[in-house]
Amino acid sequence: MSDKNRKRAEKAASKTDKAAAKPDQGGARAAQESGAQASPGALVEGAPTEGTADVSVRRRVLKTYKLYVGGKFPRSESGRVYEVKDSEGGWLANAPQGSRKDARDAVVAARKAFAGWSGATAYNRGQVLYRVAEMLEGRREQFAREVAEAEGLSAAGAADQVEAAIDRWVWYAGWTDKIAQVVGGANPVAGPFFNLSTPEPTGVVAVLAPQESALLGLVSVLAPVVACGNTAVVVASERAPLPALSLGEVLATSDVPAGVVNLLTGRTAELATPLAAHQDVNAIDLTGAAEATARELEIAAADNLKHVRRRPAAEDWRADPGTSRLTAFLETKTVWHPTGALGVSGSSY
Amino acid sequence: MTMAFDYAPAPESRSVVDIAPSYGLFIDGEFTEAADGQVFKSLSPATEEVLSEVARAGAADVDRAVRAARAAFGPWSALPGSERAKYLFRIARIIQERSRELAVLETLDNGKPIKETRDFDLPTVAAHFFYHAGWADKLEHAGFGPRPKPLGVAGQVIPWNFPLMMLAWKIAPALATGNTVVLKPAETTPLSALFFADICRQAGLPKGVVNILPGHGDAGAALVAHPDVDKVAFTGSTAVGKEIARTVAGTRKKVTLELGGKGANIVFDDAPVDQAVEGIVSGIFFNQGQVCCAGSRLLVQESVREEVVDALKRRLSTLRIGDPLDKNTDLGAINSAEQLTRITELAERGEAEGAERWSPACELPSSGYWFPPTLFTGVTQAHMVAREEIFGPVLSVLTFRTPAEAVAKANNTPYGLSAGIWTEKGSRILAVAEKLRAGVVWANTFNKFDPASPFGGYKESGHGREGGRHGLEAYLDV
Repeated sequence: MSDKNRKRAEKAASKTDKAAAKPDQGGARAAQESGAQASPGALVEGAPTEGTADVSVRRRVLKTYKLYVGGKFPRSESGRVYEVKDSEGGWLANAPQGSRKDARDAVVAARKAFAGWSGATAYNRGQVLYRVAEMLEGRREQFAREVAEAEGLSAAGAADQVEAAIDRWVWYAGWTDKIAQVVGGANPVAGPFFNLSTPEPTGVVAVLAPQESALLGLVSVLAPVVACGNTAVVVASERAPLPALSLGEVLATSDVPAGVVNLLTGRTAELATPLAAHQDVNAIDLTGAAEATARELEIAAADNLKHVRRRPAAEDWRADPGTSRLTAFLETKTVWHPTGALGVSGSSY
Repeated sequence: MTMAFDYAPAPESRSVVDIAPSYGLFIDGEFTEAADGQVFKSLSPATEEVLSEVARAGAADVDRAVRAARAAFGPWSALPGSERAKYLFRIARIIQERSRELAVLETLDNGKPIKETRDFDLPTVAAHFFYHAGWADKLEHAGFGPRPKPLGVAGQVIPWNFPLMMLAWKIAPALATGNTVVLKPAETTPLSALFFADICRQAGLPKGVVNILPGHGDAGAALVAHPDVDKVAFTGSTAVGKEIARTVAGTRKKVTLELGGKGANIVFDDAPVDQAVEGIVSGIFFNQGQVCCAGSRLLVQESVREEVVDALKRRLSTLRIGDPLDKNTDLGAINSAEQLTRITELAERGEAEGAERWSPACELPSSGYWFPPTLFTGVTQAHMVAREEIFGPVLSVLTFRTPAEAVAKANNTPYGLSAGIWTEKGSRILAVAEKLRAGVVWANTFNKFDPASPFGGYKESGHGREGGRHGLEAYLDV
């Protein structure tokens, strides 16, 4: 056993002890999953042990988490990973540590997907998004476990977050074919013109997902972007990226076209810099940016006049989201055409 | 210009406007000198005659004006919307009453034809105040939540191409929503904004609600950067817009930017040629082409290229260039020596790149800043005249074969402000309009504006909209 692996095993074992003392946390969860009551070996979930543990216990198959770019699951181009830990410091997985090149690849994929996604009917987009909610619902338990591990929540608290995230996805699914009527319309201009304003997607949107809310926060910033017909390059929470990567699996198995959503994990600051400066990104959501770097990112974004949604002071992800995250990434197009109208008084009937 | 007959001059009288030899800054309801005593001259671009000497604002004046606007903000925003509305209605009415005076003034200071200031600028200015007056007491119905709040002090920087109209686009929505204003007009066209200050006085507008600071770029930069400004609104070049976006980065200031454009005017083979030609002319020669949404790229379907270009040349030969105060003048003076130099240089570069340059035979006045209407044919996507905003009466003609090619070429620009479509086929209008990445699309018409209609750009043409309920958002905390 290498030193590294031994350390992991020890960490995991110590975590198990603590968890066992608090039955509603990791211990109970792991116990349920392993289907066995608590021989210490059975609770060593994270560690690919060699030789030290009970031969009679089945080991979980651990998942290799991968990026989601262009509908595929690449490892980072850089070949790097970083350790993702639970709230108590236990090892959960190695997440890909995405690079500048991964960010650029994601933008290319998002641009390629834009024409099709923005050109789809709003009704179609709504159904596709609803399909994502269906798939999420089917994986509630998986996400609840991942959110609990990511955010250190109780099982009930995590389940609550996951349900709120699913409901939020449904809420935005329903907006696709309504936002145009709410924010668009006919303009009563003083002349014989048909004059109509309609909202249109801005284009490729880079989203720095909130750091603290691994799934509900992520869904709250991602769903409105794609509901409007934009395509997205998302940088997941740096500390808690696993629910985001699992969401990629959900998106891939729903009907979201490849490239519409691209999910990157790694160092937010490292990935945000090339995205903010990228000339083919039309907008950036700085929600998950660090306070220290947000200004630099906004300055970089000015190079091609990206739309910037600034970092909020604090955001309550449980609150009614309103429409501001939809309208933040919409443009308004106004089309004029002469009517040749005589006006009401000139009508002959 | 060789013509079968000539028109007698029909000059508008200058006597309707009384320009003082000097003007101050308008801060807290008073005209005042600049803190450092600096002044600059505003001259008539048609004659190079000095019209007046104007105080030049510096950073200290910006600070003073922002403090005045801050002090006025509390009571102004607390005023019931219905009462705020009355001030805006009063301003709209006074503008209508004084529109002839203001039209002549604007023509003198800007160089644009009286026909345009009289028939377009001034009516639009009044309409903007009238339209926004009606919003002041209806903001809770505008779709931004039940109690939309104003932002505070708005710092506004406007260009010289439509001095009074840009002022109206900025000040009317700001006041209607309960903000107070510090506005910097362009250094070549400060006079109509100073006359507007007098209109505020006549309307009894509370002191400090509107402050006008004539000055140069440094004053604009100081205003944008001022820590007590809550909202920045700018119309002008994309380069300055980017600079402003960098300045406000990391602050809580809300920003709207109306920037440059390189509008495509697409003429299909079934377009009514005579109407299209009128639209092309208005698209690029209105206001001497000094329009951010000008249709400066003509995309004409290959099969009708000759017919359209020939008709266009015939039409250009009938344009009358000269004294902007003459009611028959179609094209007036370029706004400044600096702008004329820029247009001249870009046109020369276009020629050097191999595009074919054409202008009608015309005599230009010997003093003032003039540039003839100019066509470039044989232009390709790579040519500078097809890519850079020239902001003058220069049209580049490109061709296309299919609607898809037209869309691809139209969208092949970092800008996204305006576009035109000329075709008799309704389904083609709708299909092409949908695919164009531009904030305003004019189909079988061009250069139409209305306060009820949102205006603004995609991509590097800016952020936000002006006009309509959309425009209110820029001045509300939503």
